[in-house]
Amino acid sequence: MKIQLRDITMRFDNVTAVDRLNVTIEEGTLVSLLGPSGCGKSTTLFMLAGLYQPTEGELYFGDRLVNKVEPENREIGMVFQNYALYPHLTVLKNIMFPLKMAKVPKKEAEERAREMAALVQIDHLLDRKPSQLSGGQQQRVAIARALVKKPKLLLLDEPLSNLDARLRLEMREEIRRIQQEVGITTIFVTHDQEEAMSISDKVLLMKDGKGQQFSPPQDMYDYPENQFVAQFLGNPPINLLSVKLRNDLQTIVLPDTEDTYQLDSLVKSYVDSNSKLELGVRPEDFYIEFDLAKAGITVEVMMVERIGRDNLLYARLGQTNLRAIVSPDVMVNRGDMVKLAIRPGRTHLFDRSNGKNLLH
Amino acid sequence: MQKEALSKGFIYLLLILGSLLMLLPFIWMISTSLKAANEVMIMPPKWIPTDIQWGNYIKAWFSAPFAMYSVNSVIVLVASTIGELITTILAAYAFSRINFYGRDIIFSILLGTMMVPGEVLLIPNFVTLSNLGWIDHYQALIVPWLASVFSIFLLRQFFLSIPKELSFAAKIDGCSDFRFLWSVMVPLAKPALITIAILKAIGSWNAFMWPLIVTSSENMRTLPVGLIAFSTDTGTKYELLMAASSMIILPMIILYIVLQKYIMEGVARAGIKG
Ligand SMILES: Nc1ncnc2c1ncn2[C@@H]1O[C@H](COP(=O)(O)OP(=O)(O)OP(=O)(O)O)[C@@H](O)[C@H]1O
Ligand SMILES: [Mg+2]
Repeated sequence: MKIQLRDITMRFDNVTAVDRLNVTIEEGTLVSLLGPSGCGKSTTLFMLAGLYQPTEGELYFGDRLVNKVEPENREIGMVFQNYALYPHLTVLKNIMFPLKMAKVPKKEAEERAREMAALVQIDHLLDRKPSQLSGGQQQRVAIARALVKKPKLLLLDEPLSNLDARLRLEMREEIRRIQQEVGITTIFVTHDQEEAMSISDKVLLMKDGKGQQFSPPQDMYDYPENQFVAQFLGNPPINLLSVKLRNDLQTIVLPDTEDTYQLDSLVKSYVDSNSKLELGVRPEDFYIEFDLAKAGITVEVMMVERIGRDNLLYARLGQTNLRAIVSPDVMVNRGDMVKLAIRPGRTHLFDRSNGKNLLH
Repeated sequence: MQKEALSKGFIYLLLILGSLLMLLPFIWMISTSLKAANEVMIMPPKWIPTDIQWGNYIKAWFSAPFAMYSVNSVIVLVASTIGELITTILAAYAFSRINFYGRDIIFSILLGTMMVPGEVLLIPNFVTLSNLGWIDHYQALIVPWLASVFSIFLLRQFFLSIPKELSFAAKIDGCSDFRFLWSVMVPLAKPALITIAILKAIGSWNAFMWPLIVTSSENMRTLPVGLIAFSTDTGTKYELLMAASSMIILPMIILYIVLQKYIMEGVARAGIKG
């Protein structure tokens, strides 16, 4: 089912939890809702579920306007952050509950519940109560319960946040597998960027209730539309340098040292040479340039740290600290001056006044 | 190590003394119920009767229409306990889950009524009931006890501890508010509800003042009121009174023992994390 949010806004007394959100989610895709705590992810999900009524805007499921449709008539399944299993019912009864409410005959209901349990691989636990299950097993029960009515939309609110690191990894692949097997449109809330990047077809990044960017994860990483997106994604985080742009719209003036650096493309729109800009470069997009004739940013090495396969180089340009991931066979020492060049097409330039990316 | 054992011993000693203090009246009651009439009042008191008089129990039972009193007591107990459970469940749900105008103020006022001593209400309640023409009917024994603020408070707190996601989940599953209350909240609240029911049952079974005031005819009396039969103009027959009392409290003791494991069960709420 295709989902459309048109100017969706949700206000509580004096907080605007979601602010004019516009998103179209294609049928059968998995979309992650990503953002810092309190940015309105759960609120958005609750509006999709019909548990909250949007203050403004229209919500379409397919061609149907669903603003006023009750949760049980929306053909959705939802997994809550705390799973919200019925503690007094066995696993089987938990999975059968939605069917029982829909007055499906008992025999058929049990059959479908068992089928669903097999899909999420908990068919050996059917007689247990939720309290006798591990976190990962409870989560599978919650997924089975959400899917048993064959909903058209699956909503998952940070379903992995209670699990340990390994189980998380396992379960997120599991969710992706189930999602693709069933082919169901899925919205997955998380505040873990790695989780969002790894399982989604598209990511919606939010901040303060506003949508920041809605695109495939790799695009979002490579071409952030604004400084917040660039800073939110990536670990170690993107390097930012306060710079100015010359009138030729291509020459960057670096801080403190007043060195210059040529951009490989022109900025998209005219920029006054007085405007404050931020040059953004991801640590892995730097490399050390030994050719004296080539362009680069000359920095002083502060420290080199071995992290797994690579070396993490801490450097300083005037007052600004930088991080670069460099290959381990480069021998540099503290105090050395090195020239860092930027991989082509990997430079970002943000307008500090509104955060907009001026290059992509 | 030794110090620990010593302090543990001290705690046990205190606990044993405490329970003895609680138990003594019971032991005295049973002891008296088995004495011959001439042994009841002797000084110094005798804990163990010289001649055990089982006959006291039979005599006591037939001194007054206790069978009828029992039926009345059971009717009042069952009706008021079930009634109170129903009103408590509905009110606690409303006060914990439904947003309506003035909810918190109404609840505060309700809590405030707990400060009013029961005795103050005897006369106004009596007047109300006599205006309704209910005096000396079952209604008078039951209706004033169909709701308890304390129980509502207890259950409301319990309901508040059940995460709201559970009701969200139920809503998505197509479960109405009412159905959610009965098929999810109530089963979850079983320990709290059993505690409320036991308190109510004991209170109702032992009630004396109110049934005494609102009943006048023999066939409306409840068991505790029936005990008056042993106080006559010529004095009180303590051995029979105690025998009857022992019989009366027996069902409550059994009820308590049977249900206590549910009270102790605690609140099993796994399946809900976070
Ligand atoms: N029922 C409510 N009443 C008032 N304010 C609310 C309510 N629910 C959420 N908010 C506010 O709306 C904002 C968004 O909340 P929301 O729960 O959607 O955040 P979130 O992105 O899910 O955060 P988290 O990652 O911590 O779960 C927050 O500022 C929150 O305080
Ligand atoms: Mg949330």
